[in-house]
Amino acid sequence: MLKVTDLNCYYGAIHAIKGISLEVSEGEIVALIGSNGAGKSTTLRTISGLMKPKTGVINYDGEDISGIPAHKIVGKGLVQVPEGRHVFANLTVLENLELGAYLRKDKEGVARDLRDVFDKFPRLAERKNQISGTLSGGEQQMLAMGRALMSKPKLLLLDEPSMGLAPLLVREIFDIIKEINQDGTTVLLVEQNANMALSIADKAYVLETGRITLSGTAKELAASDEVRKAYLGG
Amino acid sequence: MENLLEQLFQQLINGVSLGSIYALIALGYTMIYGIMKLINFAHGDIYMLGAYFGYWAITGLGLPFLPAIVLAMIGAAAVGIIVERLAYRPMRNAPRIAILITAIGVSFLLEYGMILFVSPQPRTFPPVFEATVYHFGPLVVNSQQIIILIISLLLMGLLTYIVNHTTAGKAMRAVSFDADAAKLMGINIDRTIAMTFAIGSALAAAGGVLVGVYYNSIDPLMGMTPGIKAFVAAVLGGIGIIPGAMLGGIILGVVEALVAGIGLSTFRDAAAFLILIFILLYKPAGLLGKNVSEKV
Repeated sequence: MLKVTDLNCYYGAIHAIKGISLEVSEGEIVALIGSNGAGKSTTLRTISGLMKPKTGVINYDGEDISGIPAHKIVGKGLVQVPEGRHVFANLTVLENLELGAYLRKDKEGVARDLRDVFDKFPRLAERKNQISGTLSGGEQQMLAMGRALMSKPKLLLLDEPSMGLAPLLVREIFDIIKEINQDGTTVLLVEQNANMALSIADKAYVLETGRITLSGTAKELAASDEVRKAYLGG
Repeated sequence: MENLLEQLFQQLINGVSLGSIYALIALGYTMIYGIMKLINFAHGDIYMLGAYFGYWAITGLGLPFLPAIVLAMIGAAAVGIIVERLAYRPMRNAPRIAILITAIGVSFLLEYGMILFVSPQPRTFPPVFEATVYHFGPLVVNSQQIIILIISLLLMGLLTYIVNHTTAGKAMRAVSFDADAAKLMGINIDRTIAMTFAIGSALAAAGGVLVGVYYNSIDPLMGMTPGIKAFVAAVLGGIGIIPGAMLGGIILGVVEALVAGIGLSTFRDAAAFLILIFILLYKPAGLLGKNVSEKV
């Protein structure tokens, strides 16, 4: 479904992504783990079109999307939930969700998906007319995910969904990610919380200073000494 | 005493009608600032162009008032889009001071371009209404004031509706809050910014035509002072906040009318700047502005 080949990205003179290749097949949850500054978010931002790669191919559904602007990529079903949620804090919960469906013309489908999102995140339904800046961090993460679901993604990119959340809430969010995946959405997940990420992923890549150093099934990686030492706390 | 009250009410009426024109111009300032963080100093000149478009539509095409104001708004919207496309879009990622200087350059270009094109001579705006004067007890209201007020309120209502209840309006609010996140919704930033310029310019043009009707005279430099005053109005209400621009415009108009009413006509322009100084000193976020804290 998604095949990234030899991707190179720069911030000015800084070579942030050094020849990354990765692959996501339909129906999978793929995790991209690594420490702060490894280039995980940059990789996602490049795939979703917020950044332009210097070189490399991003093949999505048989088409090279590198260099296509972000707002056009969304329409192809490749949707990113950005790091730090980035909900529109000045808008209500409902308005945020409606913006998720900005490109869609099928009113009935949108209404159905809105009901589904409210089923998945009952707390959003309770707060639907609340200004989203007043939500808690966990609720904002739910809103950011719900908003992305409103655009009917085929491939969902999640950037650090656990960031700044209490452990119980992290569990809840990851259960929902699993659920979204079971409903038929492919997921590419970027996480510092390797433990959590590996517990739901099928496949994973380990990223270190802009390079992929390890890859394999989530089970293999969770069992590997290197990963355990570096990311799973022994 | 009674006389004083009458005076006060009379000046309130004058002030509200003048202020609603400031509000129309201030809206464009505030919307463009909201979405691009740019003080568009050429905005007052778009208002001037709007007045000329209205003038040409009435004298040249022989249109009645309402179609003329609509045509002026469309014309100014087109100019707004062109200015954004040619002058501001290439500067989108430049330092803000560079864009600000560009805006001043565009302002001069429009002002002196028009002087070259139509001469600096003021034109007499054709009287489109019979100036009827209505007496409500001791108070005097003329038909122009009523029409200015009705049209301004109508346009402000329309704008509020567009911004709050249409998809395009939601997109504008989304882009002004977080452009990257808006892109991830599939919102085309360039098109949303162009639309903001179009709407802001159209509102300014309506203000220009109304002023033409009110003062009967237009000239290529007519946008300078109202442009800056509308900027003050936008800051007063809280720059980037749409109801703030409306409130700031009306307050500024009323203050000016009161200053003129107590016999200090020569100081009415100074009043606007005094307000600016005080608001920057004591409430820099503006009357409706608040310090938003962001949750991480």
